Amino acid sequence: RPMSSENQKSGSIEKILIANRGEIACRITRTAKRLGIRTVAVYSDADRDSLHTKSADEAVRIGPPPARLSYLNGSEIVRAAVRTGAQAIHPGYGFLSENAEFAQLCEAEGLTFIGPPASAIRDMGDKSASKKIMGAAGVPLVPGYHGNEQDVEFMKLEADKIGYPILIKPTHGGGGKGMRIVLSPDEFVDSFLGAQREAAASFGVNTILLEKYITRPRHIEVQIFGDKHGNVLHLYERDCSMQRRHQKIIEEAPARSDLHSSLMQPNIASDFRAHLGEAAVSAAKAVSYHNAGTVEFIVDTISGQFYFMEMNTRLQVEHPVTEMVVGQDLVEWQIRVANGEPLPMSQSQVPLKGHAFEARIYAENVPKGFLPSAGVLHHYHPVSASSTVRVETGVEQGDTVSMHYDPMIAKLVVWGENRDAALLKMKDCLTKFQVAGLPTNINFLRRLSDHWAFKDEQVETHFIEHFKNDLLGDPSNEMLKMEAYDTATFAATLVAACVCQKERQASMSSLPGSNNLNSLWLAHPPFRVHHDASETMELKWDNEDANDSKQIKLYVTHQSNGSYLVKIADNGSSGDEVKVTPLGQNDFRMEIDGLSININLAVYTKDHTKHIHVWHGKHHHHFRESRKIHLPRDDDSSHGPSFEVASHPPGTVEAPMAGLVVKVLVKDGMRVVEGQPVLVLEAMKMEHVVKAPRSGCVHQLKVNIGQQVFDNNVLFVIKRLCLRSLLFPLFIFTVLNWFDCRALEASTAAMELLGLMDNALRFRCCKGGNSELYWLSLCGDLVKGINICVVQLGYQLQRGMARLKTKARRPPHRVGTSTARSQAAEGVTERKRERDILVRGTDGSGSTGGTEVSHTLSGSDSAENGEGEDCFDMSTDLVDLNATSFLGGPSDFRLQVGQGRAEIVITVPAGIYFRKFSAGRTLPPHLAGSSRGRESL
Amino acid sequence: HFLNQFRNPSSVIVQRRDYSLGVLPNGIDRSSEAFVTNSRAMEEIMSQLQSHVQKVLCGGGAEALRRNKSRNKLLPRERIDRLLDPGSSFLELSQLAGHELYEDSLPSGGIITGIGRVHGRLCMFVANDPTVKGGTYYPITIKKHLRAQEIAAQCNLPCLYLVDSGGANLPRQADVFPDRDNFGRIFYNQAQMSAEGIPQIALVLGSCTAGGAYIPAMADESVIVKGNGTIFLAGPPLVKAATGEEVSAEDLGGATMHCKVSGVSDHFAEDELHGLAIGRNIIKNLYLAGKRGLIHEYANSSSEYKDPLYDVTELRSIAPVDQKQPLDIRSVIARIVDGSEFDEFKKLYGTTLVTGFGRIYGQTVGIIGNNGILFIESALKGVHFIELCAQRNIPLIFLQNITGFMVGSRSEAGGIAKAGAKMVMAVSCAKVPKITLIVGGSFGAGNYGMCGRAYSPNFLFMWPAARISVMGGLQAAGVLAQIERSNKKRQGIEWSQEEEEKFKGKMVEAYERESSAYYSTARLWDDGIIDPADTRKVLGLCLAASMNRDPQPSKFGVFRM
Repeated sequence: RPMSSENQKSGSIEKILIANRGEIACRITRTAKRLGIRTVAVYSDADRDSLHTKSADEAVRIGPPPARLSYLNGSEIVRAAVRTGAQAIHPGYGFLSENAEFAQLCEAEGLTFIGPPASAIRDMGDKSASKKIMGAAGVPLVPGYHGNEQDVEFMKLEADKIGYPILIKPTHGGGGKGMRIVLSPDEFVDSFLGAQREAAASFGVNTILLEKYITRPRHIEVQIFGDKHGNVLHLYERDCSMQRRHQKIIEEAPARSDLHSSLMQPNIASDFRAHLGEAAVSAAKAVSYHNAGTVEFIVDTISGQFYFMEMNTRLQVEHPVTEMVVGQDLVEWQIRVANGEPLPMSQSQVPLKGHAFEARIYAENVPKGFLPSAGVLHHYHPVSASSTVRVETGVEQGDTVSMHYDPMIAKLVVWGENRDAALLKMKDCLTKFQVAGLPTNINFLRRLSDHWAFKDEQVETHFIEHFKNDLLGDPSNEMLKMEAYDTATFAATLVAACVCQKERQASMSSLPGSNNLNSLWLAHPPFRVHHDASETMELKWDNEDANDSKQIKLYVTHQSNGSYLVKIADNGSSGDEVKVTPLGQNDFRMEIDGLSININLAVYTKDHTKHIHVWHGKHHHHFRESRKIHLPRDDDSSHGPSFEVASHPPGTVEAPMAGLVVKVLVKDGMRVVEGQPVLVLEAMKMEHVVKAPRSGCVHQLKVNIGQQVFDNNVLFVIKRLCLRSLLFPLFIFTVLNWFDCRALEASTAAMELLGLMDNALRFRCCKGGNSELYWLSLCGDLVKGINICVVQLGYQLQRGMARLKTKARRPPHRVGTSTARSQAAEGVTERKRERDILVRGTDGSGSTGGTEVSHTLSGSDSAENGEGEDCFDMSTDLVDLNATSFLGGPSDFRLQVGQGRAEIVITVPAGIYFRKFSAGRTLPPHLAGSSRGRESL
Repeated sequence: HFLNQFRNPSSVIVQRRDYSLGVLPNGIDRSSEAFVTNSRAMEEIMSQLQSHVQKVLCGGGAEALRRNKSRNKLLPRERIDRLLDPGSSFLELSQLAGHELYEDSLPSGGIITGIGRVHGRLCMFVANDPTVKGGTYYPITIKKHLRAQEIAAQCNLPCLYLVDSGGANLPRQADVFPDRDNFGRIFYNQAQMSAEGIPQIALVLGSCTAGGAYIPAMADESVIVKGNGTIFLAGPPLVKAATGEEVSAEDLGGATMHCKVSGVSDHFAEDELHGLAIGRNIIKNLYLAGKRGLIHEYANSSSEYKDPLYDVTELRSIAPVDQKQPLDIRSVIARIVDGSEFDEFKKLYGTTLVTGFGRIYGQTVGIIGNNGILFIESALKGVHFIELCAQRNIPLIFLQNITGFMVGSRSEAGGIAKAGAKMVMAVSCAKVPKITLIVGGSFGAGNYGMCGRAYSPNFLFMWPAARISVMGGLQAAGVLAQIERSNKKRQGIEWSQEEEEKFKGKMVEAYERESSAYYSTARLWDDGIIDPADTRKVLGLCLAASMNRDPQPSKFGVFRM
């Protein structure tokens, strides 16, 4: 692109540090490489081997996985830039991209911040402030209240003025957090308080603004660009109306021609486009903007009005759609502008050609309300890129989509001559985009792009809600179910034949010579005397749309002509003859019933189960091979100590030999952990320690020191602890602190928690937002760990060693077990102040029907000047609640310290800790004086 | 690369000195009347065979199958399928044992045996069929079990016993219990094989009562399935009768007790599939136990082979239905050996016996086939060839279609008995793998000289129309009628022509019945009837199994000269 050389600063950028990760880091690296600029990546420990780390010329470690300690650690990043000699920092999007302090810090260190001036970031970061500036600059605003007065009553009056429905929004933050829609005046107060709480928890600031809620809005945004010479232009608009949970999933550019029914004629549409662009440019000019930015507008599809919403002072996730229609590289523009070069073209020179879509492919569980998921990308085959198809990705096959960051896997960007052409291409690409190993939204995106209303451009931000039944599948529709089952059985037929073929190939390749006497044992078809070999295969079909699974049993007969006769059990048909021709490692040509098709297979093992994914036509099916082998659980088979005998109830411990009791180490009724010494016998001049065969409570401990016992005398019985009672505090903390505001997530979490309590197997909850992920993850493999951790907790309680620990003004810390315990132990000092903790639970049926259970834990405060610790001796048993009563509304739980509230962090012994449990809370009045805000157990 | 050319002859594109001298001609005329008649007759025989087999594959009847399923048990062939490497072959032996042998039908003799591949290692499977008379041992069941062990011992194959049996069939205890080759021999064989380092593995998938209890107890390693598997010397009823103790089967000899307390079993399986999975694992872990026995490890066979030039399914039409019709055995060989290449030895001498070298799936073999009556020269040629193969450790394949050694004064004077004895000596003492296939008749001493059952070939199979007897039915009737007549004459009784014909007819009928392949296979005189079209495959599988053993030197006795 011609740039006048006299405008180039002498010290132009030669090396960029990219203060980001994932696809955007890779994207920036690519452009930088093309321009001959060297790149430096930064990575957290979780990203040591990530694609973005590998693709940069250099990479610097900046900290542990949590973003707070790495990608949000501005000073560490600046240090990395200085250390590697980078002249500029590109922040990407998210993380530090809209952090004015960081931009300032960069400039202070002499580094170029590739982005807008810090002042513009600051102005636009505060929603109320930005609206004031925009109003002054003549940019249309949504009617609303953006004042400082935050009193509920006052706000309610303001709301009445604006008229319902009303949108309540925190002034800080984004990602839909804390937003609430109020339809009628009587809901206002509750929603307002809730929003305030959530805002305080998420952003630390609880100021709220009110806005008119637009019922059928479109989300249109304009890409603007400014240089350091005062020039600002716009690169047309994008339509980002297709959202779920207030987050965009499909974006397109340009916005559709019929933004409003009266704007159907193309010339009026282009007038509208120009108006929108001018408004955006004036918004940018009002804050002396340079570099890339996006001005978001909300368009009322009923009135045709557009209003300023906010300005994003960064490169957007969806910038590629603009790039595709204007044929420019925005990252290149960013770098050139940061270099001080003027914009490469004038407004009238900006081309606009064709139509582009971007679909965001997320690791998420669509039927479970789009909850983010994490896991290993066992199979990852994105569509191949071309001049009209771009795949922006930061991961490779085998990578882990970690719980630490945004679960976006890739962005699929397609371009076409017009919207229909682009849409067709997007559908095709989504069909061929292969991801296996974790749930994704690909099927959902495909269905979305297939929807008639999407094709007809009848799109607004509530699209997904409106067409929920079409998009998420209607569980009551039997026809659809049958159809889905039919395609699944067809897929299973293909899979069965392919698996047989693959297995044979694998066995053959283990033989040194492929064509000799020994290979005869693996001849195809396998030899049988006077009959055809056949096998049964049982596949579990995971219907990811309906979130259920079905067993499909297949009979595969090896036919003499080398093909497979596959028959579905419980299905009257005589079966299908399938011929398999391998094309590659996982690609096959199948002939079935006169049809010849290509299919792709992905096979991997996860949690001891074989997973098989198949892509055929526009379908993608996921099967698990259920082996139906029930492996014995350690505790009920032969692994117990030999002196635990079957004729007694389980847990009974008999004397392993005749001997004299010389020590009794526990008291009757005490809790013990597996392997804990209980008593010592002396026999044959040797001491034998009798240990607890499992964790639980000691019962019927009748022997005394000096007593003679004989062979097979019952010494004691270990009774299992009630898992529920032990998990109860965890349950409360979890529910209380995470899910207070989100009923849906809360109930999901509650269900899973109950799952844990009943079988102690799986325990995994998450809360998703764009920028933050909250996880409690104790999955299958850790079952033993859970047991131990839970039981140890119980044990510690008994011994008075576990306690609530209050630490003033300290971030919730992740403490390894032993240190946590020893710290706690040391915390018991002379200066104790008695205080009570009330653990209270009600079931979800509301204030009337619910049973309330409360329990008081006596505590003592050893603190001094806010630096000490509050220790609570929980010598009594914790509450034993019937966990099922939590199902209804777990958000009713409160953990109260005195009359006020506190922030809770739980650290569980035995190495498993729950990260980031905390939510900011109103401090209890008597604690507020000493500024104590966080407590940990 | 240069060296590779020598190691791997197939990589040499131009082989100037390699001539295929011995490519056999097709040997059959598809349009001839004899061919058409024979094919038609054979089709009928094959469909009859298929119907017998289908009945046998169903096991012990619908009711028994239902009961078996309700106990969460698989059928024995399904069990074997789950143990085998996926998609691999299984050479089932004596599928039709017990065929019309007892008044009750006893499908497959109540026990399934065969050879298959587990984790790349060939194993002998011995699986009781609980749907057939509760898996109890009839005399033929024992014979089949012992035969499987014999093959395992001869071929060095680990044994997998899938035990689900009520023990000896009590009404037949006299034929089952005491003799040398009765029930007790099973354990003797287990002990002998274990001593030789041939792994003995028992999977207790059902009951395992009385004598049967020793199968897992004698095994090197055993698995027992919770709920279904029980091992005890006496079941709860007998215990109650004997001692008055009342105890459940599970407490008396269930998996928990045997794995936790008695130690009779080593592995505890939650269910049958788990038990079978453990079984596969045990075989996997044998890997280092013995150097031999992994089927990738033979050196003897070449890595490339060609298929025969002619359609192997034509063997169905070639198989002689009428023993009187002559058959050129070369047309059979042409459909068995690689590329139909057969390098004949002493082609012009003793032409009623065809001898020569060929390859089967790359494995060099010596083939001896009958092409008419054995004369003195043919017998001597056979002896020469057998000695040759024994010297070179080349496996021998006998293709029997023999009416016997030549009789008559000229033959006797020429010492045909001597020649026959030499052949029997050579066959008995050659310590190379031997596989016998009876394609047509197998009569008289011809059966012996051509490595009949008594000469312990590693395997012996029959084509469905083949026949075994000491002599032909008509000849036997003739001989017996002559003796009968002279007997009657001595007693002064007149024997009318009519009566004599009736006597002869009865004799012929008895011979007809007793010489049939079904009669033979029911009594385990062979290892099974095979489809002629499968011949090449079966021979290949048997060779692969037989080559599991190190070469042994042959030492011959005194040849009468």
